[in-house]
Amino acid sequence: MSYSITEPSSRQKKVAGSLVILYAFITLVPLFWVFMTGFKTPPDSISYPPKILFTPSMEGYVNLFTTRTRVSPERLQQLPPPANFAEEIVRNRNMVIVGPSKYGERFLNSVIIGFGSTFLSIFLGTLAAYGFSRFKVPFKDDLLFFILSTRMMPPIAVAIPIFLMYRKLGLSDTHVGMILLYTAVNISLAVWLLKGFMDEIPLEYEEAALIDGYTRFQAFYKVVLPQAATGIASTAIFCLIFAWNEYAFAVLLTSGTAQTAPPFIPTIIGVGGLDWPAMAAGATIFLLPVLIFTVMLRKHLLRGITFGAVRK
Amino acid sequence: MADVTLNTVSKSYGPGSEREFAVDSVSLEIANGSFNVLLGPTGAGKTTMLRLVAGLEKPDNGSIHIGDRDVTGDTPAQRNVAMVFQQYSLYPHLTVRENLAFPLKSPLLKTSPAEIKKRIAEVAEVLRISDKLDNKSIALSGGEMQRVSIGRALVRQPEVFLMDEPLSSLDAKLRSELRLELKRLQADLGATVLYVTHDQIEAMTMATQVGVLHDGKLVQHGSPREIYENPKSIYVASRLGLPRINTLPADFFAGAPTAAATIGMRPENIVIDSGQPGAKSGVVDRVEHLGDQTRLHITVQNHSLVTLIHPTLNIGRGDSVSLLPQSPLYFAADGSRVL
Repeated sequence: MSYSITEPSSRQKKVAGSLVILYAFITLVPLFWVFMTGFKTPPDSISYPPKILFTPSMEGYVNLFTTRTRVSPERLQQLPPPANFAEEIVRNRNMVIVGPSKYGERFLNSVIIGFGSTFLSIFLGTLAAYGFSRFKVPFKDDLLFFILSTRMMPPIAVAIPIFLMYRKLGLSDTHVGMILLYTAVNISLAVWLLKGFMDEIPLEYEEAALIDGYTRFQAFYKVVLPQAATGIASTAIFCLIFAWNEYAFAVLLTSGTAQTAPPFIPTIIGVGGLDWPAMAAGATIFLLPVLIFTVMLRKHLLRGITFGAVRK
Repeated sequence: MADVTLNTVSKSYGPGSEREFAVDSVSLEIANGSFNVLLGPTGAGKTTMLRLVAGLEKPDNGSIHIGDRDVTGDTPAQRNVAMVFQQYSLYPHLTVRENLAFPLKSPLLKTSPAEIKKRIAEVAEVLRISDKLDNKSIALSGGEMQRVSIGRALVRQPEVFLMDEPLSSLDAKLRSELRLELKRLQADLGATVLYVTHDQIEAMTMATQVGVLHDGKLVQHGSPREIYENPKSIYVASRLGLPRINTLPADFFAGAPTAAATIGMRPENIVIDSGQPGAKSGVVDRVEHLGDQTRLHITVQNHSLVTLIHPTLNIGRGDSVSLLPQSPLYFAADGSRVL
């Protein structure tokens, strides 16, 4: 049997594979549970022992997107037949749909604030990282340390000053306020990660572009940026995940206009207690944008792992 | 194409008292259409000089002219020069074709698509990379990459070509092929080339003019032959010639001028077994048969020498030979030439 120092043996591969599968299983079970709960009826969702097999229902999703009111059975009889499956589900619970819920708006707020702050963090972070990587900046090391130091305490430690400041400045419960806040938190991460990637790009490419007749900015735009794409993509994912999932500041600083989905989902109250299927449905839909974004940038993430493996 | 003039150009690096001159008041005239090689060991300032001409570095003092134009304060783009780097030069996210088109599409040249197509086809033909045009540039072999990066300089019609050891990362066979190719292209185009190398074969075979650099100073500038036969100092003499020039105390052989401290003998300028008076005898330590020539490593009174003999001569290890210098070069104690 051939023996290689670099190739793992088949036993090593099996052990490694089992560990990966086990880890994936542990992390995916809660997600799968949320996904399943979204398709259960409210009684099924709180039954004990928990039901693995159940009849799927769209009730959670219908409840998530609608507001409903209870009517008497006599009144229900007089109504015209239900126009669609949603009304039919609702009437089975002796209720009628009176309008849309706020979930759509909150979800849209999350999209605006999450992607807005990610874009701003990456935009400012890329320019700053390029500057720190390429130019002689006075007190460069101190500035970089200062930028990093903004992450040394949990952001929530400054919640009260920010709350007071935002009230004075009129930034409370505004999209701009939330975008600025998440950008401020994310930008240190963005600058440091991106500076690492920029440092890896040899200066010769820009010099070649300068000699080929381009200005400094054009060289940055045409030569550096495409090569930093991997770093930008992975940094963007980190920034988006933070801004998307942030809960504490969202609870504190938003209540209406700019409220994001995370503080909204737990407030979905059903009849006689929390409406677990609706909440699970909200969480499932809430997961999708980050999932899609990550899958879209997957190619860059994989390239990020092998970055630097090519001949230098 | 244009001539290039450097006028007492200096460039130093480092803070305050630790400042070191990479280029120390160098004045150099590069004639239109000439192939100039800058020769020197690592750290002699060759690459810095090239970068000063390219505009990637700004000189502390002095001025640089390309043609009639003072370009000292110009950006690289404004100078209209083309440069071939030692490595890293191809844009890795672009294909070979896009790499070649890159300088032509610049705001400087703004070439029409038809013209770009035509020029790329021509250059690809010359450099034999026509079949690689649609490959990603990182999917090429080292030799192909370097040909493409030479091609990226050739698609333009710059004032001057700057080349920074473009052949150093290639294997011997490819290097000698490309050396001939480059020289032929330069001659055909009548191009002005400033070429940095530490390879003396490149310097001797390609250059019309060689500039030898030592610690940032230009110590001699002239034709390769002039520099080989008539070096101004022991430093210049030891830069050219392989094996290196042999040096011994001047009084080792009779007939040295009084000012001389060192005698320099090129390996081919040592006569073996001449039978004439004044010859010293030595013992052969090692014989290297290179095929076209044979090198003898000889010890003479605790000094080691290398000499060349005709490959048909049958001299072996341990043999005793007598040696006599032929048209030797004499140098003073400070290294300068004594005529």
